[in-house]
Amino acid sequence: MRAVTPRSALASTGKYTSLVVWSLVALVPLVVIGLTSLKTPKDYATSGPLELPKSLTFSNFTRAFTDAKMGEAFLNTTFILVISVGGTIIIGTMTAYALDRFQFRFKKLVVALFLVATLVPGVTTQVATFQVVNTLGLYNTRWAPIALFLGTDIVSIYIFVQFMRSIPISLDEAAKLDGANHFRIYRSIIFPLLKPAIATVVIIKGIAVYNEFYIPFLYMPSQDLGVISTSLFRFKGPLGTQWEVLSAGAVIVIIPTLVLFLLLQRWIYNGISAGATK
Amino acid sequence: MTDVPAPTRESQTVVARFLDSLRASASGKKSFRQRLIPWLFLVVPLVLLITFTYVPVANMFWYSFTSWNGISKTKKVVGLDNYTEFFTRPDLYRVFFVSLYYLAASILQIALALYFATLLSFNTKFKNLFKGIIFFPYLINGVAISFVFLFFFQPGGTLDTVLGFLGMDKGSAPQWLGNPDIVNFSLAGTSVWRYMGLNFVLFLGAIQSIPGGIYEAAELDGASRWQQFRYLIAPSIKPIISLSFILAVSGSLAVFEIPFIMLDGANGSTTFVIQTVKLAFENNKVGLASAMAVILLLIVLLVTWIQRILVPEEEVDLS
Repeated sequence: MRAVTPRSALASTGKYTSLVVWSLVALVPLVVIGLTSLKTPKDYATSGPLELPKSLTFSNFTRAFTDAKMGEAFLNTTFILVISVGGTIIIGTMTAYALDRFQFRFKKLVVALFLVATLVPGVTTQVATFQVVNTLGLYNTRWAPIALFLGTDIVSIYIFVQFMRSIPISLDEAAKLDGANHFRIYRSIIFPLLKPAIATVVIIKGIAVYNEFYIPFLYMPSQDLGVISTSLFRFKGPLGTQWEVLSAGAVIVIIPTLVLFLLLQRWIYNGISAGATK
Repeated sequence: MTDVPAPTRESQTVVARFLDSLRASASGKKSFRQRLIPWLFLVVPLVLLITFTYVPVANMFWYSFTSWNGISKTKKVVGLDNYTEFFTRPDLYRVFFVSLYYLAASILQIALALYFATLLSFNTKFKNLFKGIIFFPYLINGVAISFVFLFFFQPGGTLDTVLGFLGMDKGSAPQWLGNPDIVNFSLAGTSVWRYMGLNFVLFLGAIQSIPGGIYEAAELDGASRWQQFRYLIAPSIKPIISLSFILAVSGSLAVFEIPFIMLDGANGSTTFVIQTVKLAFENNKVGLASAMAVILLLIVLLVTWIQRILVPEEEVDLS
């Protein structure tokens, strides 16, 4: 324990001041959007952005929800999310199992293929990916983003491989002696033990899919195939300056993220660290 | 682990079978079926990887040497014309200058993240609350963030009002998004707001993995907070700091969502990636766009290569 000297008291004030200042920087833009979403059009037109609403109205939310087709958007996002995340888990664990537990010819080449792919910046290659998706007949279907989310996720494979290394090979061998084949070992021993890694992948992949904008924007231009991001984006066009409704749209999109963050904080921090440092 | 059972007959045969199987695999004479097994697990991932990463990359190189418009059946080979066009047209290569704003912003972002991560690694009241507030913007949907900041920067919007409170004359507020001299500062600032939390959480995690006893010892020795940072914290999280700088370089070239959603690249906010996708999907210049994509890919590979030389990685090789 240190004695409270004038100098350390000053340092402590500085510390909390800077934390509070950044908290304001982080929160004020969001809070203002929240306030705006609760104002009536007249109230919005006559009040400053930081003023509280004179009376609360939720009509902006119902309007944003119906006009931006948010219900449909949430359904489409959920559909894509469930299949992409589920598929990523199956594909990622299978790949990791093969790469970590087997020695085979061309293994180095396969590993190199996965490694080099992490370096390719996704957005720019869409110039050429578009032609592939189009040729496969996936354009303007929900399967285009699903295929891309499944096919280009190498980070998950890293997470699974790293985790799998901590599962002792003696478990595989014991099962092999009991007569289990490789698929059984994968399914009944490796897969259940990978649960913590699976939770990590569900979180980072889930956030990524929920927030993805460009892939659905490019591959699903049809109005019926809006996801969260694209429906909100298209909403901007017709309404232009009706900020009370646009704000409500943004709030509708942010709320699920906020709720999940509050519920799963610890998991999210761990997942993000595991995913970003590869 | 103390009482080892005496070998029964059953376990002896099991051991014998195990040794046999070891011998079989060691002799390299695996059956065709055995050799096939890993490929059964890999076939789907490899097909997806090749279809959606390698085929596009290979096509991208090929398109970059043609004047293809993305639609016609034939592609005319034009050699290096697309590459010379990019480097000689100021309206195209100026996107490099736009990324400098984001590069400068990422340096500020890393410094802020380091500062807050260090602060919160010491005892702090409401630590989890501050951690959550600093990190949360990173999780928000990019379109929602764009809406938030369109409103924030609009004339008479949040920023102007706050500046008014602080005593700035409202009439003198600049057009944060309308003025081409200012727009990239505003957008790069938005990018700091969005991504600082990610760097912060990564740094904080790294700092907290330093054994706690070291600090106590240092504090007993009378080391100041700055000295603790300079001689204890900074050296032990150096790898993640340098990784962040490297990612900042490729990240500043790959900026896309915020300027695209907020302004559609207007008022001089067009970035490298916005330019590329506009050429490809709006102007039907797939050849030229592919050349730009190839240039970006080569820069990213170069930067990663430099990183590997400067910061040798101690972990992560998949095999």
